[in-house]
Amino acid sequence: MKVELYLNQKKQVFDVLPGEYLLDTLRRYDILSVKRGCEQTSCGVCSVLLDSDMIPSCSVLTVRLQGRHITTVEGIEEEATKIAFYFGQEGADQCGFCNPAMALAVYSLKRKNPHATDQEIKEYLVGNLCRCTGYQSQHLAIKRYLEDPS
Amino acid sequence: MKVASVKHSSVDGLGLMLGRPAYTADLMAKNSLIVKVLRSPHAFAKIVSIDTSNAQQMTGVECILTAKDFKRFAYTRAGQGYPEPSPHDKFVFDEYVRYVGDEVCAVACVDEATALEALKAIKVEYQVLEPVLDFEAAINHSSIIHPEPEIHEMFPIGFEPKKNIAASYQMHVGDVEKTLTSSDVVVDEVFYTHAQAHSMMEPHSVNTRLDYMNRLVMYSSTQTPFHVRRILSQVLTFPLSKIRVIKPRVGGGFGGKQAIHGEIICSAVTLITKKPATLTYTRKEVFESSYSRHPMRLSIKLGATKEGVLKAIDCHILSDTGAYGEHALTVFMVAGSKVLPLYNKVDSVRFHGEVVYTNHTPAGAFRGYGAIQGNFALESAIDILCKKLDVDPIEFRMKNMIKEGETSPIFSIMGEGTEGTAMNMDTCKLPFCVQKGKELIDWTKTYPNKSVSQDIKEGVGMAIAMQGSGIPYIDMGAATIKLNDDGFFNLLVGATEIGQGSDTVLSQIAAEALETDLSNVIVYSSDSDLTPFDPGAYASSTTYVSGNAVYLAALSMKKRLITEAALALRCEEELIRYDGIGFTNTNTNEQITLKQLSNRLFYNHDQKQLMITESYVGHKSPPPFMAGFVRVQVDTSTGEVRVVDYVSVVDCGTTINPMLARGQVEGAIIQGIGMTLYEEATYSSQGRLHQNDFLSYHIPTRKELPHLTTVFADSYEESGPYGAKSVGEIGIDTPPAAIANAIYNACGIRLTTLPFTPEKVLQAIHSLKEKLR
Repeated sequence: MKVELYLNQKKQVFDVLPGEYLLDTLRRYDILSVKRGCEQTSCGVCSVLLDSDMIPSCSVLTVRLQGRHITTVEGIEEEATKIAFYFGQEGADQCGFCNPAMALAVYSLKRKNPHATDQEIKEYLVGNLCRCTGYQSQHLAIKRYLEDPS
Repeated sequence: MKVASVKHSSVDGLGLMLGRPAYTADLMAKNSLIVKVLRSPHAFAKIVSIDTSNAQQMTGVECILTAKDFKRFAYTRAGQGYPEPSPHDKFVFDEYVRYVGDEVCAVACVDEATALEALKAIKVEYQVLEPVLDFEAAINHSSIIHPEPEIHEMFPIGFEPKKNIAASYQMHVGDVEKTLTSSDVVVDEVFYTHAQAHSMMEPHSVNTRLDYMNRLVMYSSTQTPFHVRRILSQVLTFPLSKIRVIKPRVGGGFGGKQAIHGEIICSAVTLITKKPATLTYTRKEVFESSYSRHPMRLSIKLGATKEGVLKAIDCHILSDTGAYGEHALTVFMVAGSKVLPLYNKVDSVRFHGEVVYTNHTPAGAFRGYGAIQGNFALESAIDILCKKLDVDPIEFRMKNMIKEGETSPIFSIMGEGTEGTAMNMDTCKLPFCVQKGKELIDWTKTYPNKSVSQDIKEGVGMAIAMQGSGIPYIDMGAATIKLNDDGFFNLLVGATEIGQGSDTVLSQIAAEALETDLSNVIVYSSDSDLTPFDPGAYASSTTYVSGNAVYLAALSMKKRLITEAALALRCEEELIRYDGIGFTNTNTNEQITLKQLSNRLFYNHDQKQLMITESYVGHKSPPPFMAGFVRVQVDTSTGEVRVVDYVSVVDCGTTINPMLARGQVEGAIIQGIGMTLYEEATYSSQGRLHQNDFLSYHIPTRKELPHLTTVFADSYEESGPYGAKSVGEIGIDTPPAAIANAIYNACGIRLTTLPFTPEKVLQAIHSLKEKLR
């Protein structure tokens, strides 16, 4: 069946199977920044923006998204480049598997709560697991990105 | 130094954050068959029959693989050098299944839905056997987990499968019984560690295809691409020359991707169907059907004089390797070889024990690799001893621990499943690490504890640790440097970047030696057709072993460039001065830039391709050292333990990239804290692993993040590239003992079984209260 949605601001028609999750649709259409980590909504590497909210794409059926806006990291390349700069400055990128979804989450946090406190940053990103960094370097990088006025 | 020992952002961070296709699953062929494995629901059973007829008839089922499709060949998945110190006790498919999640057979279908339906349509009749689920009762159990006659050891490792023993070992220096008898104070304690799961974010993934040369081309999320190629060739009797293994970007490994996982099954599908195929583990499979950390029972006795001189260490370990003996002996030995030398002034040491088979998920390589288990036992026992002696645990360590210039007999006795390599500690900044850590945690103001509120007690604790840097005389790493026109270089390494930053660090070493910018070195790693050999990312070897190979290759390239510059500038080589940008004939002041020289070599005069390969094999394994200091708060009403601060002071020689080195330590500390407090692996009475997803298996989130302070000692290891030792594993070793010691200092309870869940803490607090009543 056909579903029409806005992927990174561009209207696109997707041919999907009835029980297909958004994660599978996106990867089938070569949006490979969206990673498969657990398929149980608990690791965060498949997260995308649905309108303005972060959702795990492994938990939403694509057929339910008719007309909605989906943003992946491909749609925020300029901001993600800035985030990558701060991550690089703090040594906060290791295996990188969680990073595209992390960039989206951090971008979305800045839009919703640009002056987020330490605690609020941790709360907002708690679903974005990372097994490599120990989080502290990421936390410092995220703070510096939030403080970046550009 | 200009490039090495300087903070540099990683060379790949931007592209990965932008989501560019990089990982194995991103690189599968479009129309790949989906491979799924039918897994055992029983902990131990004999397969009576497999009926695949219904599945065979389903539309979209292309291939079903059972034991009949493979030559019967015993191998090990461990992913080590050859011959492996792990028993060859695994068949691709066998007539027995030995743990819940073990492989029964596999299907390859046009899509995932069909594959899952096909698995359901396969009827397997099992004869359920009595499983061995208590590793302390495994030896001489009535159930023999590996009765098959073909399995074998490659050299003596104490392999006695009829007794359920995968490996055993014993060594001693001096007469430990005698020393203990004559000691003023003796400690005798037993510790238990559990099966931590690696929990890397990227699940194990592999895809295969036949290329236009009719060769098997594989992408695999492996830490050991060259070992994968060798083992695959042996198991499938398929020529090594017709296999190309490419390791693309890997999304974390921590040892979990050292072994073979889906590679053989996926390759067999492609070889039989001639079609591309892919196999990616589900998260449940990653938990249940890859492998985890070896659970151990560590019985330790210490003897000391009343003046606080440690005289004897006696350690017996029983290790649970689960259903297969991957890394059975070597993880067990590291629990001694990279722990016991910390206290090198003892009169006698004994280290012995057995590694047993059980019907649990297999255990295998995991960051720390036995050292974290051994460290937990020894460094907890040292604090217990100090309490008995009524001496300060820091003073005790300062007096008894290994120091620079010293050695330990353990180094020559214990190696990688064989004898070891004698060495002196040319760099050991442990005294600095301990002093600095003590200062940074503000030890004196808290030790042993202070009260935060009526319920919350705060305490500090510490532990020291060591690791190694590669496996000397066994593991060889190589690097190739190629000059291009326009004067930039390709660095080709077999070394396996899995997120630890090796592509960046190795590029920095090359750039430093070539006196050029990092942007002039284009790194490409781990492709069995295109890069030179490397054993892979394990044993804390990449910076030291592969880094030395890169260093040697870069120096050779520089030498060749000077030879060519002398030809171009018509002078003796000795007269050439090189400054990274160009060459000067110091007699005539005539100059040629590197760019001009390389263009000359490609297009104009003396044409040739400069490409140089060097290799390195370690003659020793210089240990990095560290002191870990922790501040914890124990809520005595709920049993919750919270880590407030963790201070790591590390001697890893030169940090080639101080920022990435810090990242290695911080990441490892949090994994160690996870193992100590949050991550628990338990089994049902039928042998099913309870925790098989991130909801039930709790790895630390950023909410549990304590304040981390990481400091590096000023240290220069002469044998390492630009003075570097390793830093990948050392960080994980101290948290279990340091936290156990801090909890004791906070509220007087001594925890000896990991993890320290609130239940265990509360129970211990209640027992203590009962005792004091």
